[in-house]
Amino acid sequence: MTTKHTDKKYEEELTKLREEILYMGGLIEDQIQKAIKSLVDRDSDLAKIIIERDHEVNRLDVEIDELCIRLLALHQPAGIDLRLITTGLKITTDLERIGDMAVNICERALELNQEAQLKPYIDIPRMARISQRMIHESLDAFVREDTDLALKVCKDDANVDQLNAQIFRETITFMLEDAQTISRATKISSISKYLERIADHATNIAEMVIFMVKGKSIRHMKELPPSV
Amino acid sequence: MSLQQETKEATAVVRPAMKAIDSSVIRASSEVAHKNIFTVENVDFFYGEKRALKSINLAIGEKKSTAFIGPSGCGKTTLLRCLNRMNDLVLGTRVTGQIKLEGKNIYDPDLDVINLRRRVGMIFQKWNPFPKSIYENIIYGLRIVGINNRAYLDEVVEKSLHRAALWDEVKDNLHKSAADLSGGQQQRLCIARALAVEPEVLLMDEPCSALDPISTAKIEELIHELKDTFTIVIVTHNMQQAARVSDYTAFFYLGELIEFGETGKLFTAPEKRQTEDYITGRFG
Repeated sequence: MTTKHTDKKYEEELTKLREEILYMGGLIEDQIQKAIKSLVDRDSDLAKIIIERDHEVNRLDVEIDELCIRLLALHQPAGIDLRLITTGLKITTDLERIGDMAVNICERALELNQEAQLKPYIDIPRMARISQRMIHESLDAFVREDTDLALKVCKDDANVDQLNAQIFRETITFMLEDAQTISRATKISSISKYLERIADHATNIAEMVIFMVKGKSIRHMKELPPSV
Repeated sequence: MSLQQETKEATAVVRPAMKAIDSSVIRASSEVAHKNIFTVENVDFFYGEKRALKSINLAIGEKKSTAFIGPSGCGKTTLLRCLNRMNDLVLGTRVTGQIKLEGKNIYDPDLDVINLRRRVGMIFQKWNPFPKSIYENIIYGLRIVGINNRAYLDEVVEKSLHRAALWDEVKDNLHKSAADLSGGQQQRLCIARALAVEPEVLLMDEPCSALDPISTAKIEELIHELKDTFTIVIVTHNMQQAARVSDYTAFFYLGELIEFGETGKLFTAPEKRQTEDYITGRFG
């Protein structure tokens, strides 16, 4: 987008919208990374800090929403601006939900930290890394208006789904072998599910980026298109 | 009756109904394929030496509303005025190419221009009622072709005023001077006057630009209703208005037709960069 608006105030507000979304995205990435760290390192203090910090995520969600509504009401946007603003509205909802998932991970971590560790965490951090990368890349795609990268994020979702299924099978095995593990195994299974949901939200963001750039929707397709 | 049986019977009723709905949807969508009333082919327009329109090609759908948008001097009004040969009245202008109204070139030498302008009416930016009563304004066109049957004229007045959504406001004062009406009412009176001669197409050149928001909303609502019966072509500087009232939008820039397409598409995801820049306010 090289051409600037003739209306400078409008231009400033659109720039602010992009910046706020990125700031929120950065915060969310950090939330997930630290949530997983609190689990792996059995660091309950860190988990509490992350839960507390969700307020900031919620505040940004409301703030960005208000900014979008103001832009819609005052400028009656069209074209790319309209797509940016509606994408903004949806992206923040997804980001806010990811923030909630990070809190859920911390809550399960706090509970798990009360008991002996069931097993070394290997697949969960792997899954977390992929999900986190997906968020990062979906937001990168948003900034650079890069639909190829956004499409890659959508494709990566399958890997996370696969890991989730694998962890689910594994925790079931634990539970079948020893009923004592049920409480911990279900929590681990939940965390895996949260990460799978996070990847879904990152996919939603990537799909919205494709809509924003190309003006066409690839949501709810049975199969992803090879290119957009 | 068991639940299973009930379900089975319910499905037996619903299935054919769903099928009927499906086929009616398919029918309806095929009926939507409309015909074009105007086709503009390779039209160039010159004001003296200045080429104001450059090889314009476009088709205007019958009983659809089409908006022309673009910055000042882009040629949108020029093209609109070509559609009923209003530019004939401007000295030193000429048109090349063809504009066909239902297949017949309107620039053919043997074409009756008066009849063309009856079929293709026009509404201007500044309302221009005659200094006569409301009633006389509406029947003016009929009077000059010699129609004097009072009952018929009364009927036309009522019908035209209803169509222009003005009847309820003026029905008790039909013989009052048109000049006593408000701006918005006068503009609707001009629309009623244009409708009285039963045109096929209504050209509107910035019909709301001098009106307040409420009168504007009334005219816009009217456009929605009128397009069931007439074809509407509207030139507007107000892009939100174009987005609201038209089915198709044409974007012009420096005498060229840059993009033409469905309004919803053009305002959310236009194909051309210049269109995007214009509708988002990025033209310096």
